[in-house]
Amino acid sequence: MSKDYWTTIIKPSKGYINVNLYELVKYRDLIYLFIKRDFVTFYKQTILGPIWYILQPLLNTIVFTIIFGRLAQIPTDNLPPFLFYMAGNIIWGYFAFCINSTSTTFVKNADIFGKVYFPRITVPISNVIIGLLQFSLQLIFFLCFYIYFVINGLSVNINYSLIFLPFILLHTAIIALGFGLLLSSLTSKYRDLTFVLGFGIQLWMFATPVVYPLSIIPENYVIFSILNPMTSVVESFKFIFFGESSIKLIHIFISVSISISIFFVGLITFYKTEKTFLDTV
Amino acid sequence: MSTAIKIEKLYKEYKLGVIGRGTLYRDLQSWWALRKGKEDPNSLIGSSNSNKIKNHLALKEINLEIEEGQVLGIIGSNGAGKSTLLKILSRVTSPTKGQILLKGRVASLLEVGTGFHPELTGRENIFLNGAINGLSKLEIQNKFDQIVEFAGVKKFLDTPVKRYSSGMHVRLGFAVAAHLDPDILIVDEVLAVGDADFQKKAINKIKEVSSDQKRTVIFVSHNMNSIQKLCDRVIVLSNGTIIKDDTAKNSINFYIGKGSKSERNYGAVKFDNDKRPGGKIVKLLSICTKKENNAECSQFNIDEEINIIVNFQVLLPGYNVCCSLGFNYYNNKNLNKNGSFYVLDDYIKNKWDEENNFKVGNFKTELKIPANLLNEGIYGITVDIFLPPSNLDSSFQVRTRDIIYFDIIDNYKPDSSRGNYPYDWQLGDDGFMIRPMLEVKTSEIINNETDI
Repeated sequence: MSKDYWTTIIKPSKGYINVNLYELVKYRDLIYLFIKRDFVTFYKQTILGPIWYILQPLLNTIVFTIIFGRLAQIPTDNLPPFLFYMAGNIIWGYFAFCINSTSTTFVKNADIFGKVYFPRITVPISNVIIGLLQFSLQLIFFLCFYIYFVINGLSVNINYSLIFLPFILLHTAIIALGFGLLLSSLTSKYRDLTFVLGFGIQLWMFATPVVYPLSIIPENYVIFSILNPMTSVVESFKFIFFGESSIKLIHIFISVSISISIFFVGLITFYKTEKTFLDTV
Repeated sequence: MSTAIKIEKLYKEYKLGVIGRGTLYRDLQSWWALRKGKEDPNSLIGSSNSNKIKNHLALKEINLEIEEGQVLGIIGSNGAGKSTLLKILSRVTSPTKGQILLKGRVASLLEVGTGFHPELTGRENIFLNGAINGLSKLEIQNKFDQIVEFAGVKKFLDTPVKRYSSGMHVRLGFAVAAHLDPDILIVDEVLAVGDADFQKKAINKIKEVSSDQKRTVIFVSHNMNSIQKLCDRVIVLSNGTIIKDDTAKNSINFYIGKGSKSERNYGAVKFDNDKRPGGKIVKLLSICTKKENNAECSQFNIDEEINIIVNFQVLLPGYNVCCSLGFNYYNNKNLNKNGSFYVLDDYIKNKWDEENNFKVGNFKTELKIPANLLNEGIYGITVDIFLPPSNLDSSFQVRTRDIIYFDIIDNYKPDSSRGNYPYDWQLGDDGFMIRPMLEVKTSEIINNETDI
């Protein structure tokens, strides 16, 4: 009897990636339903409902504008602080959402993962897409302010680089997935990492040029900032809208290669954990 | 017939004892201590060889082939490896060694309603649950009406599932799973929930899936009745190995007899607060078997009286309660079940439709089995408590099976029904459940005048 006769072979876990793309395509409806479920249930039994999606970055931006703009007077590359912080906020918000939700994949879904098989990677994928949807709403909101400021005399150097927006978002997703998948394996074993995570992401944000521009970092130290792949994401995001950033192309290449390496490390760990995590939770 | 599932030399190993310390800090602490040659501060106190991780083999070299369209039952006591096997089959966890070859799609019903989101409506959850089990939207759409009809939740389709009763929850979950059209269906103990009607419906559905659609079904249950009704073939697992692979009847007999002897309850069983069998109205507290002199006992001579005392608790007022005691007899030769009987308590003396409400509180049911009635062998006692005037099957609150056992031993006393007959009383393979003291006389017929 040939091996082809069998449709599934269950074997001990090996440490290689077996991303079964065909299977993922088969489960595309599941991804869609996960997205729908999480997007809809997010605002069930809340007063403001979907308004929360845009209220969050708005409040953050206001706080940042007051604290970092007015009180600390951190330069913003000659841009209106409100727009500057809002741009940083929504792109960081997208990243933070993706990494947060991805890193708790196993812990949050232990119950259902323990009962039924489906490609576990569908959960992080749907999380990233939900993040993207939220981001799109926030982007529209941001564009409203952007247009308002432009009408009121803000001169921006808007150009062809806007077409790179999807790549920036993809890059963000890869970083978030890379770290998130890696962390999800760790949080499945060490629960306390989930607490550390919230704090860690906060710190990470301050290590990234979100509330300050890259240009205020002394020349000699820029390379350290570039090792943080989110630096290039945030800076290039600001660049495509304001035409104003000190990031260089070589920086982006470095950061993309770091991100892709982390992504694969994360993916390998995730697939390894997927097969045995039930024994450790 | 071709093979649908082939399990080859399957092992599953779990690490026992310290499985990671749960926090990174403690892991580092242990690692540091071991490096310095000190004792692990996180090991269990008193375990001298704490450095060695002890492993537990949940499954040991399982080899099994299951034909297409076969309904395979798996029975075994808790911890025998049933669930581990199912989890590996449904790809929830992976084996340590060996492999399983499968043909076709597997749907597992390890717990109904898994993945139901409380905030979503019944309709949305049907789609979600179907998708989790690998169906496309279109496939679910085609099955939608059947699922709704089977579950009987048509009126509540647009209500969030969190407002469903637990029965509706289970019905909906089962309905989705049963309509998944898998090539291999894995069912674990789901029929334990739901009322009698639903159980019947579910069993019929599983039967239909296997016989009409030629699907392979693997069914795990502690309910020997459902196993008997459903399965063509039953394997008995014990300590991770298959100890019996036979027809349903033979395997069940083997299991309730020999297989689980060490785990049988004898003498007295008292249930902890949270483990009391029963429903919302009546819960079983304890049961014991005693001698005439009130001493707890599990082994009776054939000429001794057997006292059985059942304590139960009524939690809600306004119900009639009747306790039924059933006895399953296993002969002591091959431990096959050779008969059973049951008795009802004195409630039956009341007029059947009379209101006779019980108070909230604890109650005691006592039964005396006279000496020299039951034959030698092993008896399992089944306690069922139900709510008259309904019948037992539709209103039981407590339903147990062979919750406690007692043995009857033939002590070869001449004043028993044996008299001075010196030989074995059980002839052949069958057992004889009763050995009553009856007057049997033989005398010489005088003058050839027969009475007949």
